[in-house]
Amino acid sequence: MTAYIVRRLIATIPVMVVVALFVFFLLHLTPGDPAAVIAGDDASPAEIEGVRRKLGLDLPIWQQFGIYAWNLLQGDLGTSIFSNLPVLTLVKQRLEPTIVLALATLFVAVAFAIPMGVLAAWKARSFVDRLVMGFSVLGFAVPVFLFGYVLIYVFAIQLRWLPVQGYRPLAMGLDQTLRSIALPAFALGMTYMALIARITRASMLEVLSEDYIRTAHAKGVAQKSVLLRHALKNAAVPIVTVIGIGLALLISGVVITETVFNIPGLGRLTVDAILKRDYPIIQGLIILFAGAKVMVNLAIDLSYTFFDPRIRY
Amino acid sequence: MVSTTASVTVAARRTSWADILFWSRRNKTIIGGMVILLALVTVALIAPWIADDPLGFEPTNRLKRPSEVFLFGTDQFGRDVYSRVIYGTRISLIVGLSVALVATAIGLALGVLCGYYKRVDAVAMRFMDGLMAIPAILLAIALITLMKASLFIVIIAISIPEIPRVARLVRSVVLTVRGQPYIEAAIASGTRNLTIMWRHILPNTVAPLIVQATYVCASAILTEAGLSFLGAGTPPEIPSWGNVMSLGRTFFQIAPWIIFFPGIFLAVTVLAINLVGDGLRDTLDPRIARRM
Repeated sequence: MTAYIVRRLIATIPVMVVVALFVFFLLHLTPGDPAAVIAGDDASPAEIEGVRRKLGLDLPIWQQFGIYAWNLLQGDLGTSIFSNLPVLTLVKQRLEPTIVLALATLFVAVAFAIPMGVLAAWKARSFVDRLVMGFSVLGFAVPVFLFGYVLIYVFAIQLRWLPVQGYRPLAMGLDQTLRSIALPAFALGMTYMALIARITRASMLEVLSEDYIRTAHAKGVAQKSVLLRHALKNAAVPIVTVIGIGLALLISGVVITETVFNIPGLGRLTVDAILKRDYPIIQGLIILFAGAKVMVNLAIDLSYTFFDPRIRY
Repeated sequence: MVSTTASVTVAARRTSWADILFWSRRNKTIIGGMVILLALVTVALIAPWIADDPLGFEPTNRLKRPSEVFLFGTDQFGRDVYSRVIYGTRISLIVGLSVALVATAIGLALGVLCGYYKRVDAVAMRFMDGLMAIPAILLAIALITLMKASLFIVIIAISIPEIPRVARLVRSVVLTVRGQPYIEAAIASGTRNLTIMWRHILPNTVAPLIVQATYVCASAILTEAGLSFLGAGTPPEIPSWGNVMSLGRTFFQIAPWIIFFPGIFLAVTVLAINLVGDGLRDTLDPRIARRM
C-alpha cells in the first residue's frame, strides 16, 4: 500500500511538470509582446517596460523558466502585478469560502443523489425511476448561472428565506455561514447530483441482478438491508469514481457560482485577475487547481480498497 | 449509424408495425432532440426576418418589462432582449459545431497515432494527462486573456481542453482493435500503416466518436456561455447568450428577464443536443447503454 502511494506520488510529478511548462510557455507562445498584452490596451510604453521588468520578461527565456521553476519548487507561486502581494497570500485570504462552498456542494449532491439513484434502481422503470432519470437529463442541461439565479429569485427575492448574495465567514457563526452557502451549494450541486444519481442507478442495477442479491432475498434479509448493505456497498466503486470526476467539474463550476452569488473566494479571485490581466495570479491558480485535481484522483483510487477489499495495491 | 440504418431496413422489409413502433420508441429521444435542434437552426437562419437589429438601442426604453412590444423585455441600454437572444442562437450553434469539429478531428488524429505507435503514445499521453489536469474553464480563460478576444480564439480556446478527452477515447478503441487477428493479418500481408489505419481502424472509432462529438458540442456551448458570462469569452459587442446574461448580472433584482430568457434558450439547446447524444449512444452502442 505504502509502496503504491509512493509510486503514485512519483507519477504525479510528470503531470505537474507538464502543467508548469504549459502555464509558463503559454505566456510566450502567444503572438505579440506578453508585457504589452498584460499591461492592457491603453498602457504607455513606460508601463509596458515596468511590467516587463517586474515579470522578468527582459531576461533570456531559459533563465526565466529556471527562476520560475525554482520559485515554484519552493512553494512561491509568483507575485500579483497589481496588489504586489504574493499569489499564495491572496489564495490563503480567499480559501475559506471556496472550501466551504465545495464541501457543502459535495454534501448536498451526495446526500440527494445516492438515495435518488438507489430508489430509481430499486423501482426500475417505475414513475420514480422516470422522474429521477428526467431530473438527471435536465441537471446536465441547466447551467449553474441560470439555476443559481432561479434559486435567488424564488428563495431570496420572492420568499425572502435566504440572503440574496454574499458570504458570511465561519467566524460569524456556523448558522450564518450555512444560510449564505445554501443556495450556491444547491445551484452548483445540481449538475453534480444528476451525474451521481445516474451512475448510482446504473451501478445498482448491475449489482441487483447478481446472484448474491437473490441469495440475500432468499434467506429473508430485510429489503432495506439488501439494498444498503449488500447492494450499495458493492456498487460503490463506480459511484466513488464519478464523485472524483465530479470534483474536477466542481472546480470549474466554483468560478461561475462565486460570480453569481458574489462569494469572495478563489473563483472571484480568478475572475478579478482576468479582468485586470493579472497573469501571475491566473498562472498560480491553474497550478493550484491542477494540483488539487491530481490529489483528488489519487485519493479516489486509494478509497477503492476501502469499498472493495478485493482491490489491492 | 450503421446499426440505425440496419434496423430501418429490417423494419421496412418486414413492414411489421410492431417493429416500427419498437424502433421509433427506442429513438424517441433522438427524434425529440432533433426536432428542437431543427427549430433552433431555423431560428438562427431566419433571424434577420423574425428579429430586429440586436445592437440597436434606445436609451428611452431602458429595462422595460417583457411586453407585446419587447417580447423578452429590454436591457440597461434599451436593447431588445428578444432580438439579442434570437441572434445569439447563431453564435451558440457556430461555437458548438466548430468546437465539436475541431476537437474531434484533432483528437481522432492524435488518438489513432497514440494507439498505433507506442513511442508517440508515451510522450503524447503524458502531455494529455497534464492538459487534462487543468480545469477546462481555467485553461480557456488563460488562453483568451492572452490573445485578443475574438470568436475564433474562443473556439480554439474551448477546443483545446476537449482534445485530450476525444484522443483518449479514440486511443482506447484503437488499442482494443489493434490486437485483433485481422490487423495482424493486414500487417503480415504487407499493408501500409496508413491504409491499415484508414481501412481497418478508423471505421471502428466512428460510432463512439459520433456520440462523443455530441457531448463535446453541448459542453462547448455551455463553456462559451459561461466564459462570456464571466466577461472572459466572446467579445462583448457580439450578442451571444452568455454576453446577454452577463449584462443582466447588475440589474438582476429589478430585471431578471435579461438573464432568464437567454438562460432558458441555452438550457433547451444543451438539453436537445444531450438527448440526441443519449439516443445515439443507446442505439449505436448497446453495451454502454446497459451500463449507464
